[in-house]
Amino acid sequence: MIKFDRVGKLYPGGHEALNNLSFEIAQGELVFVTGHSGAGKSTLLKLIAGLERATSGTVLIGHQNISQLRRAALPFLRRKFGMVFQDHKLLYDRNVFDNVALPLHINGVVGQEAAKRVRAALDKVGLLGRERAMPVTLSGGEQQRLAIARAVVSRPEILIADEPMANLDDSYATDLMRLFRSFHQVGVTVLIATHARGGEQSGSDRVLHLTQGKLA
Amino acid sequence: MIAQHKLALAQVLTRARRAPLAWLMMVAVIGVTLALPAMLYVALENAQRLAGGLATAPQISLFMAMDASQEQVADVEARLKNHAGVASWRFVSRDEAWKNMQADADLADVAAGLEKNPLPDAFIIDPREHDNPAALDTLQQELQQWPGVERAQLDAVWVKRLHGLLALGNKLVILIAALLGFALLIITGNSIRLQIANQHEEIQLSRLIGATDRFIRRPFLYAGTLYGIGGGIAALLTVLAATWFFNESVTEITALYASDFRLTVPLADMALTLITGSALLGWLASRFAVNRALSGIESY
Repeated sequence: MIKFDRVGKLYPGGHEALNNLSFEIAQGELVFVTGHSGAGKSTLLKLIAGLERATSGTVLIGHQNISQLRRAALPFLRRKFGMVFQDHKLLYDRNVFDNVALPLHINGVVGQEAAKRVRAALDKVGLLGRERAMPVTLSGGEQQRLAIARAVVSRPEILIADEPMANLDDSYATDLMRLFRSFHQVGVTVLIATHARGGEQSGSDRVLHLTQGKLA
Repeated sequence: MIAQHKLALAQVLTRARRAPLAWLMMVAVIGVTLALPAMLYVALENAQRLAGGLATAPQISLFMAMDASQEQVADVEARLKNHAGVASWRFVSRDEAWKNMQADADLADVAAGLEKNPLPDAFIIDPREHDNPAALDTLQQELQQWPGVERAQLDAVWVKRLHGLLALGNKLVILIAALLGFALLIITGNSIRLQIANQHEEIQLSRLIGATDRFIRRPFLYAGTLYGIGGGIAALLTVLAATWFFNESVTEITALYASDFRLTVPLADMALTLITGSALLGWLASRFAVNRALSGIESY
Protein backbone atom coordinates (compact mmCIF):
# COMPACT_ATOMS: atom_id res chain seq x y z
CA MET A 1 0.00 0.00 0.00
CA ILE A 2 2.74 2.42 1.01
CA LYS A 3 6.28 1.86 -0.19
CA PHE A 4 9.34 4.05 0.44
CA ASP A 5 12.39 3.32 -1.67
CA ARG A 6 15.61 5.10 -0.63
CA VAL A 7 13.68 8.25 0.15
CA GLY A 8 15.49 11.40 1.18
CA LYS A 9 14.19 14.82 2.11
CA LEU A 10 16.51 17.76 2.13
CA TYR A 11 14.99 21.08 3.20
CA PRO A 12 16.20 24.32 1.66
CA GLY A 13 19.02 25.51 3.87
CA GLY A 14 20.60 22.09 4.10
CA HIS A 15 18.62 20.41 6.87
CA GLU A 16 18.37 16.73 5.99
CA ALA A 17 15.11 15.48 7.54
CA LEU A 18 15.09 11.99 6.02
CA ASN A 19 17.99 9.97 4.68
CA ASN A 20 17.82 6.92 2.44
CA LEU A 21 14.63 5.57 3.95
CA SER A 22 13.15 2.29 2.69
CA PHE A 23 10.15 0.45 4.13
CA GLU A 24 6.79 -0.92 3.15
CA ILE A 25 3.43 -0.77 4.88
CA ALA A 26 0.72 -3.23 3.89
CA GLN A 27 -2.97 -2.45 3.65
CA GLY A 28 -4.75 -2.61 7.01
CA GLU A 29 -1.59 -2.36 9.11
CA LEU A 30 -1.32 -0.32 12.30
CA VAL A 31 2.10 1.32 12.39
CA PHE A 32 3.70 3.59 14.96
CA VAL A 33 6.34 6.04 13.82
CA THR A 34 8.46 6.91 16.83
CA GLY A 35 11.51 9.01 17.53
CA HIS A 36 12.55 12.18 19.31
CA SER A 37 11.23 15.48 18.09
CA GLY A 38 13.22 16.46 15.03
CA ALA A 39 13.84 12.83 14.09
CA GLY A 40 11.75 13.25 10.92
CA LYS A 41 8.38 11.75 11.95
CA SER A 42 6.28 14.66 10.68
CA THR A 43 8.26 14.82 7.46
CA LEU A 44 7.64 11.12 6.90
CA LEU A 45 3.88 11.55 7.34
CA LYS A 46 3.82 14.63 5.10
CA LEU A 47 5.62 12.74 2.32
CA ILE A 48 3.01 9.99 2.49
CA ALA A 49 0.05 12.36 2.45
CA GLY A 50 1.40 14.36 -0.47
CA LEU A 51 1.91 17.48 1.62
CA GLU A 52 5.59 17.58 0.78
CA ARG A 53 7.73 16.17 -1.99
CA ALA A 54 10.73 13.86 -1.50
CA THR A 55 14.01 15.23 -2.81
CA SER A 56 15.30 11.76 -3.68
CA GLY A 57 13.98 8.20 -3.98
CA THR A 58 10.42 7.17 -4.72
CA VAL A 59 7.26 7.15 -2.63
CA LEU A 60 4.61 4.74 -3.88
CA ILE A 61 1.02 4.96 -2.68
CA GLY A 62 -0.98 2.12 -4.13
CA HIS A 63 1.04 1.76 -7.30
CA GLN A 64 1.37 5.46 -7.89
CA ASN A 65 4.72 7.20 -7.66
CA ILE A 66 3.62 10.35 -5.90
CA SER A 67 7.01 12.04 -6.22
CA GLN A 68 6.17 12.56 -9.88
CA LEU A 69 2.54 13.58 -9.46
CA ARG A 70 1.38 16.73 -11.23
CA ARG A 71 0.39 19.58 -8.96
CA ALA A 72 -3.21 19.42 -10.19
CA ALA A 73 -3.44 15.75 -9.17
CA LEU A 74 -2.34 16.34 -5.59
CA PRO A 75 -5.75 17.30 -4.15
CA PHE A 76 -7.12 13.94 -5.27
CA LEU A 77 -4.22 12.06 -3.68
CA ARG A 78 -4.72 13.94 -0.41
CA ARG A 79 -8.37 12.92 -0.29
CA LYS A 80 -7.31 9.30 0.17
CA PHE A 81 -5.96 10.17 3.59
CA GLY A 82 -7.55 11.15 6.84
CA MET A 83 -5.13 13.54 8.51
CA VAL A 84 -5.02 14.34 12.20
CA PHE A 85 -2.63 17.26 12.50
CA GLN A 86 -0.33 17.92 15.40
CA ASP A 87 -1.97 21.33 15.99
CA HIS A 88 -5.51 20.02 15.20
CA LYS A 89 -6.10 22.80 12.64
CA LEU A 90 -9.71 23.19 13.73
CA LEU A 91 -11.63 26.15 12.31
CA TYR A 92 -12.73 28.29 15.22
CA ASP A 93 -15.19 30.43 13.26
CA ARG A 94 -17.67 27.57 12.81
CA ASN A 95 -19.30 24.92 14.93
CA VAL A 96 -18.39 21.27 15.41
CA PHE A 97 -20.76 20.07 12.69
CA ASP A 98 -19.36 22.42 10.05
CA ASN A 99 -15.79 21.53 10.97
CA VAL A 100 -16.47 17.88 10.28
CA ALA A 101 -18.49 18.64 7.14
CA LEU A 102 -15.59 20.42 5.41
CA PRO A 103 -13.85 17.32 3.95
CA LEU A 104 -17.21 16.06 2.68
CA HIS A 105 -17.89 19.36 0.96
CA ILE A 106 -14.43 19.20 -0.61
CA ASN A 107 -15.35 15.73 -1.86
CA GLY A 108 -18.60 17.02 -3.27
CA VAL A 109 -20.82 15.37 -0.66
CA VAL A 110 -23.46 17.84 0.56
CA GLY A 111 -26.92 18.02 2.04
CA GLN A 112 -28.62 15.10 3.79
CA GLU A 113 -25.94 12.58 2.84
CA ALA A 114 -23.26 14.83 4.33
CA ALA A 115 -25.27 15.41 7.50
CA LYS A 116 -25.73 11.67 7.97
CA ARG A 117 -22.02 11.01 7.63
CA VAL A 118 -21.04 13.92 9.88
CA ARG A 119 -23.29 12.57 12.64
CA ALA A 120 -21.92 9.06 12.18
CA ALA A 121 -18.36 10.38 12.56
CA LEU A 122 -19.28 12.48 15.58
CA ASP A 123 -21.02 9.50 17.12
CA LYS A 124 -17.91 7.41 16.61
CA VAL A 125 -15.76 9.85 18.63
CA GLY A 126 -18.47 10.54 21.22
CA LEU A 127 -19.30 14.13 20.25
CA LEU A 128 -22.75 13.56 18.79
CA GLY A 129 -24.47 15.84 21.30
CA ARG A 130 -22.05 18.70 20.66
CA GLU A 131 -22.58 19.35 16.97
CA ARG A 132 -23.76 22.94 17.52
CA ALA A 133 -20.92 23.75 19.94
CA MET A 134 -18.05 26.01 18.90
CA PRO A 135 -14.60 24.37 19.06
CA VAL A 136 -13.28 26.86 21.65
CA THR A 137 -15.84 25.57 24.14
CA LEU A 138 -14.45 22.02 23.86
CA SER A 139 -11.77 20.59 26.15
CA GLY A 140 -8.38 19.59 24.75
CA GLY A 141 -9.40 15.94 24.52
CA GLU A 142 -12.68 16.81 22.82
CA GLN A 143 -10.88 18.99 20.30
CA GLN A 144 -8.56 16.09 19.52
CA ARG A 145 -11.56 13.81 18.99
CA LEU A 146 -13.19 16.44 16.79
CA ALA A 147 -10.04 16.48 14.67
CA ILE A 148 -10.27 12.68 14.39
CA ALA A 149 -13.95 12.83 13.41
CA ARG A 150 -12.99 15.24 10.64
CA ALA A 151 -10.19 12.91 9.51
CA VAL A 152 -12.43 9.83 9.25
CA VAL A 153 -15.66 11.39 7.99
CA SER A 154 -14.76 10.74 4.33
CA ARG A 155 -13.97 7.10 5.20
CA PRO A 156 -10.34 7.26 4.07
CA GLU A 157 -8.30 4.14 3.40
CA ILE A 158 -5.40 5.51 5.38
CA LEU A 159 -5.57 7.40 8.66
CA ILE A 160 -2.52 9.43 9.59
CA ALA A 161 -2.14 11.02 13.01
CA ASP A 162 0.75 13.28 13.94
CA GLU A 163 1.38 13.21 17.72
CA PRO A 164 -2.30 12.75 18.60
CA MET A 165 -1.53 11.85 22.21
CA ALA A 166 0.61 14.90 22.91
CA ASN A 167 -0.68 17.10 25.73
CA LEU A 168 -3.34 14.61 26.83
CA ASP A 169 -3.81 12.86 30.18
CA ASP A 170 -3.03 9.16 30.28
CA SER A 171 -6.71 8.20 30.55
CA TYR A 172 -7.55 10.34 27.51
CA ALA A 173 -4.61 8.88 25.62
CA THR A 174 -5.85 5.35 26.33
CA ASP A 175 -9.34 6.25 25.09
CA LEU A 176 -7.88 7.77 21.98
CA MET A 177 -5.71 4.74 21.33
CA ARG A 178 -8.79 2.53 21.64
CA LEU A 179 -10.44 4.73 19.02
CA PHE A 180 -7.53 4.37 16.59
CA ARG A 181 -7.49 0.61 17.11
CA SER A 182 -11.21 0.47 16.31
CA PHE A 183 -10.52 2.05 12.91
CA HIS A 184 -7.70 -0.41 12.39
CA GLN A 185 -10.04 -3.27 13.18
CA VAL A 186 -12.42 -2.28 10.36
CA GLY A 187 -9.57 -2.40 7.85
CA VAL A 188 -8.22 1.14 7.83
CA THR A 189 -4.44 1.50 7.51
CA VAL A 190 -3.40 3.57 10.53
CA LEU A 191 -0.15 5.50 10.96
CA ILE A 192 0.53 7.19 14.26
CA ALA A 193 3.54 9.34 15.06
CA THR A 194 4.46 9.61 18.74
CA HIS A 195 7.50 11.29 20.24
CA ALA A 196 8.75 8.31 22.19
CA ARG A 197 8.26 4.60 22.74
CA GLY A 198 5.37 4.93 25.14
CA GLY A 199 2.56 3.02 26.69
CA GLU A 200 0.34 3.29 23.60
CA GLN A 201 1.96 0.44 21.74
CA SER A 202 1.49 -3.19 22.63
CA GLY A 203 4.17 -5.78 21.91
CA SER A 204 2.66 -6.93 18.65
CA ASP A 205 2.46 -3.46 17.04
CA ARG A 206 4.78 -2.56 14.25
CA VAL A 207 7.08 0.34 15.07
CA LEU A 208 9.19 2.43 12.71
CA HIS A 209 11.74 4.13 14.94
CA LEU A 210 13.51 7.13 13.45
CA THR A 211 16.80 8.58 14.60
CA GLN A 212 18.07 11.63 12.74
CA GLY A 213 16.15 10.75 9.61
CA LYS A 214 17.18 7.10 9.52
CA LEU A 215 15.38 3.93 10.50
CA ALA A 216 16.86 2.46 13.67
CA MET B 1 -21.67 20.17 -9.17
CA ILE B 2 -24.72 22.41 -8.73
CA ALA B 3 -24.73 21.41 -5.07
CA GLN B 4 -21.15 22.69 -4.78
CA HIS B 5 -22.21 26.05 -6.21
CA LYS B 6 -25.17 26.25 -3.87
CA LEU B 7 -22.83 25.51 -1.02
CA ALA B 8 -20.41 28.28 -1.99
CA LEU B 9 -23.28 30.74 -2.40
CA ALA B 10 -24.76 29.79 0.97
CA GLN B 11 -21.33 30.30 2.53
CA VAL B 12 -21.06 33.78 1.03
CA LEU B 13 -24.56 34.74 2.14
CA THR B 14 -23.85 33.52 5.66
CA ARG B 15 -20.72 35.66 5.80
CA ALA B 16 -22.63 38.63 4.42
CA ARG B 17 -25.33 38.17 7.06
CA ARG B 18 -22.66 38.04 9.74
CA ALA B 19 -21.14 41.34 8.59
CA PRO B 20 -23.97 43.25 6.89
CA LEU B 21 -22.37 46.66 7.40
CA ALA B 22 -19.17 45.74 5.57
CA TRP B 23 -21.27 44.32 2.79
CA LEU B 24 -23.49 47.39 2.52
CA MET B 25 -20.46 49.66 2.49
CA MET B 26 -18.92 47.79 -0.43
CA VAL B 27 -22.21 47.90 -2.32
CA ALA B 28 -22.51 51.64 -1.60
CA VAL B 29 -18.95 52.34 -2.77
CA ILE B 30 -19.50 50.45 -6.02
CA GLY B 31 -22.94 52.01 -6.47
CA VAL B 32 -21.75 55.59 -6.05
CA THR B 33 -18.69 55.04 -8.23
CA LEU B 34 -20.73 53.61 -11.07
CA ALA B 35 -23.52 56.15 -10.68
CA LEU B 36 -21.19 59.00 -11.65
CA PRO B 37 -20.48 57.94 -15.26
CA ALA B 38 -24.04 56.65 -15.56
CA MET B 39 -25.46 60.06 -14.65
CA LEU B 40 -23.10 61.79 -17.08
CA TYR B 41 -24.32 59.40 -19.72
CA VAL B 42 -27.95 60.23 -18.95
CA ALA B 43 -27.20 63.96 -19.16
CA LEU B 44 -25.44 63.47 -22.48
CA GLU B 45 -28.22 61.29 -23.92
CA ASN B 46 -30.77 63.95 -23.05
CA ALA B 47 -28.62 66.74 -24.47
CA GLN B 48 -28.38 64.77 -27.69
CA ARG B 49 -32.12 64.29 -27.76
CA LEU B 50 -32.57 68.02 -27.21
CA ALA B 51 -30.07 68.91 -29.97
CA GLY B 52 -31.78 66.55 -32.39
CA GLY B 53 -35.11 68.31 -31.93
CA LEU B 54 -33.81 71.83 -32.48
CA ALA B 55 -36.16 73.90 -34.68
CA THR B 56 -33.55 76.41 -35.85
CA ALA B 57 -32.04 74.33 -38.58
CA PRO B 58 -28.90 75.52 -40.34
CA GLN B 59 -29.22 77.34 -43.65
CA ILE B 60 -26.96 77.86 -46.63
CA SER B 61 -26.71 81.32 -48.12
CA LEU B 62 -25.82 81.16 -51.81
CA PHE B 63 -24.47 84.44 -53.21
CA MET B 64 -24.32 84.86 -56.97
CA ALA B 65 -21.38 86.58 -58.61
CA MET B 66 -21.94 90.32 -59.31
CA ASP B 67 -21.53 89.66 -63.03
CA ALA B 68 -23.74 86.57 -63.10
CA SER B 69 -26.19 86.57 -65.96
CA GLN B 70 -29.95 86.11 -65.72
CA GLU B 71 -29.51 82.74 -67.38
CA GLN B 72 -27.13 81.61 -64.67
CA VAL B 73 -29.58 82.71 -61.96
CA ALA B 74 -32.37 80.81 -63.69
CA ASP B 75 -30.08 77.82 -64.05
CA VAL B 76 -29.28 77.79 -60.30
CA GLU B 77 -32.97 78.11 -59.56
CA ALA B 78 -33.73 75.11 -61.76
CA ARG B 79 -30.95 73.06 -60.19
CA LEU B 80 -32.21 73.85 -56.66
CA LYS B 81 -35.70 72.80 -57.64
CA ASN B 82 -34.44 69.35 -58.63
CA HIS B 83 -31.82 68.83 -55.91
CA ALA B 84 -32.56 66.02 -53.47
CA GLY B 85 -30.55 67.62 -50.65
CA VAL B 86 -32.58 70.83 -50.67
CA ALA B 87 -35.77 71.02 -48.63
CA SER B 88 -36.83 74.53 -49.61
CA TRP B 89 -35.26 77.76 -50.86
CA ARG B 90 -36.02 81.39 -51.26
CA PHE B 91 -34.66 83.80 -53.87
CA VAL B 92 -33.62 87.27 -52.72
CA SER B 93 -32.85 89.53 -55.69
CA ARG B 94 -30.17 92.20 -55.38
CA ASP B 95 -32.81 94.92 -55.71
CA GLU B 96 -34.89 93.42 -52.94
CA ALA B 97 -31.84 93.11 -50.69
CA TRP B 98 -30.85 96.71 -51.48
CA LYS B 99 -34.34 97.95 -50.52
CA ASN B 100 -34.23 95.96 -47.32
CA MET B 101 -30.88 97.42 -46.49
CA GLN B 102 -32.05 100.96 -47.08
CA ALA B 103 -35.17 100.28 -45.03
CA ASP B 104 -33.23 98.91 -42.09
CA ALA B 105 -32.76 101.71 -39.58
CA ASP B 106 -29.33 100.50 -38.52
CA LEU B 107 -28.01 100.00 -42.04
CA ALA B 108 -29.62 103.04 -43.74
CA ASP B 109 -26.61 105.24 -43.00
CA VAL B 110 -24.26 102.72 -44.53
CA ALA B 111 -26.49 102.38 -47.57
CA ALA B 112 -26.62 106.16 -48.01
CA GLY B 113 -22.83 106.27 -48.14
CA LEU B 114 -22.72 103.85 -51.05
CA GLU B 115 -23.02 105.09 -54.61
CA LYS B 116 -24.57 101.98 -56.10
CA ASN B 117 -26.05 98.67 -54.97
CA PRO B 118 -23.14 96.43 -53.81
CA LEU B 119 -25.33 93.42 -53.11
CA PRO B 120 -25.52 90.30 -55.29
CA ASP B 121 -28.53 88.10 -56.00
CA ALA B 122 -28.85 85.42 -53.33
CA PHE B 123 -30.64 82.20 -52.46
CA ILE B 124 -31.46 81.18 -48.87
CA ILE B 125 -31.53 77.40 -48.77
CA ASP B 126 -32.90 75.02 -46.12
CA PRO B 127 -31.02 71.71 -46.51
CA ARG B 128 -32.91 68.48 -45.99
CA GLU B 129 -30.35 66.74 -43.74
CA HIS B 130 -29.97 69.65 -41.38
CA ASP B 131 -28.56 67.68 -38.43
CA ASN B 132 -25.83 65.90 -40.35
CA PRO B 133 -22.75 68.14 -40.46
CA ALA B 134 -20.98 65.98 -43.04
CA ALA B 135 -23.93 66.12 -45.45
CA LEU B 136 -24.17 69.87 -44.95
CA ASP B 137 -20.51 70.27 -45.82
CA THR B 138 -20.89 68.19 -48.96
CA LEU B 139 -23.92 70.19 -50.08
CA GLN B 140 -22.17 73.48 -49.43
CA GLN B 141 -19.14 72.39 -51.47
CA GLU B 142 -21.35 71.20 -54.31
CA LEU B 143 -23.27 74.47 -54.46
CA GLN B 144 -19.98 76.37 -54.44
CA GLN B 145 -19.03 74.71 -57.77
CA TRP B 146 -22.14 75.77 -59.66
CA PRO B 147 -21.54 78.30 -62.47
CA GLY B 148 -22.24 81.90 -61.52
CA VAL B 149 -22.03 81.18 -57.80
CA GLU B 150 -19.64 83.48 -55.98
CA ARG B 151 -19.96 81.93 -52.55
CA ALA B 152 -22.02 79.30 -50.72
CA GLN B 153 -21.94 80.05 -47.04
CA LEU B 154 -22.96 77.48 -44.44
CA ASP B 155 -24.17 79.22 -41.32
CA ALA B 156 -24.11 76.00 -39.35
CA VAL B 157 -20.81 76.23 -37.56
CA TRP B 158 -22.58 76.14 -34.23
CA VAL B 159 -24.31 72.87 -35.12
CA LYS B 160 -20.93 71.39 -35.87
CA ARG B 161 -19.59 72.71 -32.62
CA LEU B 162 -22.51 71.24 -30.69
CA HIS B 163 -22.07 67.84 -32.29
CA GLY B 164 -18.36 68.07 -31.65
CA LEU B 165 -19.00 68.84 -28.01
CA LEU B 166 -21.43 65.97 -27.68
CA ALA B 167 -18.92 63.58 -29.25
CA LEU B 168 -16.31 64.89 -26.84
CA GLY B 169 -18.77 64.32 -24.00
CA ASN B 170 -19.23 60.73 -25.17
CA LYS B 171 -15.49 60.15 -25.08
CA LEU B 172 -15.32 61.74 -21.65
CA VAL B 173 -18.01 59.39 -20.33
CA ILE B 174 -16.13 56.38 -21.71
CA LEU B 175 -12.86 57.61 -20.23
CA ILE B 176 -14.37 58.28 -16.80
CA ALA B 177 -16.19 54.95 -16.84
CA ALA B 178 -12.94 53.15 -17.72
CA LEU B 179 -10.96 54.93 -14.99
CA LEU B 180 -13.62 54.35 -12.33
CA GLY B 181 -13.99 50.75 -13.48
CA PHE B 182 -10.28 50.31 -12.92
CA ALA B 183 -10.60 51.87 -9.47
CA LEU B 184 -13.47 49.48 -8.71
CA LEU B 185 -11.30 46.53 -9.74
CA ILE B 186 -8.75 47.62 -7.17
CA ILE B 187 -11.29 48.35 -4.43
CA THR B 188 -13.21 45.09 -4.90
CA GLY B 189 -10.01 43.11 -5.30
CA ASN B 190 -8.68 44.56 -2.08
CA SER B 191 -11.86 43.75 -0.18
CA ILE B 192 -11.70 40.16 -1.44
CA ARG B 193 -8.02 40.04 -0.50
CA LEU B 194 -8.96 40.99 3.07
CA GLN B 195 -11.59 38.27 3.15
CA ILE B 196 -9.04 35.78 1.93
CA ALA B 197 -6.67 36.87 4.68
CA ASN B 198 -9.50 36.29 7.16
CA GLN B 199 -10.09 32.80 5.77
CA HIS B 200 -6.40 32.04 5.58
CA GLU B 201 -6.57 29.08 7.98
CA GLU B 202 -9.54 27.58 6.25
CA ILE B 203 -7.87 27.85 2.86
CA GLN B 204 -4.67 26.29 4.14
CA LEU B 205 -6.50 23.44 5.83
CA SER B 206 -8.72 22.85 2.81
CA ARG B 207 -5.63 22.50 0.66
CA LEU B 208 -4.06 20.03 3.07
CA ILE B 209 -7.09 17.79 3.00
CA GLY B 210 -7.53 17.79 -0.75
CA ALA B 211 -9.47 20.84 -1.88
CA THR B 212 -8.86 21.88 -5.48
CA ASP B 213 -8.09 25.52 -6.27
CA ARG B 214 -11.46 25.67 -7.96
CA PHE B 215 -13.20 24.73 -4.70
CA ILE B 216 -11.25 27.33 -2.74
CA ARG B 217 -11.79 30.03 -5.34
CA ARG B 218 -15.53 29.51 -5.72
CA PRO B 219 -16.92 31.33 -2.67
CA PHE B 220 -14.69 34.34 -3.30
CA LEU B 221 -15.78 34.56 -6.91
CA TYR B 222 -19.37 34.49 -5.72
CA ALA B 223 -18.63 37.20 -3.17
CA GLY B 224 -17.07 39.44 -5.83
CA THR B 225 -19.90 38.85 -8.27
CA LEU B 226 -22.52 39.55 -5.61
CA TYR B 227 -20.73 42.78 -4.67
CA GLY B 228 -20.92 43.69 -8.33
CA ILE B 229 -24.61 42.89 -8.70
CA GLY B 230 -25.46 44.76 -5.49
CA GLY B 231 -23.33 47.71 -6.57
CA GLY B 232 -24.93 47.76 -10.02
CA ILE B 233 -28.41 47.85 -8.51
CA ALA B 234 -27.33 50.59 -6.11
CA ALA B 235 -25.93 52.62 -9.03
CA LEU B 236 -29.17 52.20 -10.98
CA LEU B 237 -31.25 53.37 -8.02
CA THR B 238 -28.89 56.32 -7.54
CA VAL B 239 -29.27 57.37 -11.19
CA LEU B 240 -33.07 57.06 -11.02
CA ALA B 241 -33.22 59.06 -7.80
CA ALA B 242 -30.93 61.75 -9.21
CA THR B 243 -32.99 61.98 -12.41
CA TRP B 244 -36.20 62.31 -10.43
CA PHE B 245 -34.59 65.00 -8.28
CA PHE B 246 -33.45 66.95 -11.35
CA ASN B 247 -36.77 66.61 -13.11
CA GLU B 248 -38.43 68.44 -10.25
CA SER B 249 -36.50 71.55 -11.33
CA VAL B 250 -36.31 70.80 -15.04
CA THR B 251 -40.07 70.77 -15.44
CA GLU B 252 -40.33 74.11 -13.68
CA ILE B 253 -37.84 75.69 -16.06
CA THR B 254 -39.11 74.09 -19.25
CA ALA B 255 -42.66 75.08 -18.37
CA LEU B 256 -41.48 78.71 -18.54
CA TYR B 257 -40.18 78.03 -22.07
CA ALA B 258 -43.43 76.27 -23.02
CA SER B 259 -41.62 72.97 -23.49
CA ASP B 260 -42.42 69.57 -22.03
CA PHE B 261 -38.80 68.43 -21.94
CA ARG B 262 -37.89 66.03 -19.13
CA LEU B 263 -34.75 64.03 -18.41
CA THR B 264 -35.41 60.40 -19.33
CA VAL B 265 -33.39 57.31 -18.45
CA PRO B 266 -33.11 54.43 -20.93
CA LEU B 267 -34.07 52.11 -18.08
CA ALA B 268 -33.73 48.63 -19.61
CA ASP B 269 -30.41 49.37 -21.33
CA MET B 270 -29.00 51.08 -18.29
CA ALA B 271 -30.08 48.33 -15.88
CA LEU B 272 -28.56 45.67 -18.12
CA THR B 273 -25.30 47.54 -18.65
CA LEU B 274 -24.83 48.60 -15.04
CA ILE B 275 -25.66 45.30 -13.41
CA THR B 276 -23.93 42.91 -15.80
CA GLY B 277 -20.95 45.23 -16.18
CA SER B 278 -20.61 45.60 -12.46
CA ALA B 279 -21.05 41.88 -11.83
CA LEU B 280 -18.34 41.17 -14.38
CA LEU B 281 -16.00 43.68 -12.74
CA GLY B 282 -16.59 42.09 -9.35
CA TRP B 283 -15.95 38.61 -10.69
CA LEU B 284 -12.78 39.73 -12.43
CA ALA B 285 -11.49 41.56 -9.36
CA SER B 286 -12.05 38.60 -7.06
CA ARG B 287 -10.46 36.27 -9.58
CA PHE B 288 -7.30 38.37 -9.66
CA ALA B 289 -7.25 38.64 -5.89
CA VAL B 290 -7.85 34.98 -5.19
CA ASN B 291 -5.33 33.78 -7.77
CA ARG B 292 -2.69 36.05 -6.32
CA ALA B 293 -3.49 34.92 -2.81
CA LEU B 294 -3.54 31.23 -3.72
CA SER B 295 -0.10 31.35 -5.27
CA GLY B 296 1.02 33.01 -2.02
CA ILE B 297 -0.38 30.24 0.23
CA GLU B 298 1.19 27.44 -1.79
CA SER B 299 1.87 24.63 0.65
CA TYR B 300 3.79 22.20 -1.51
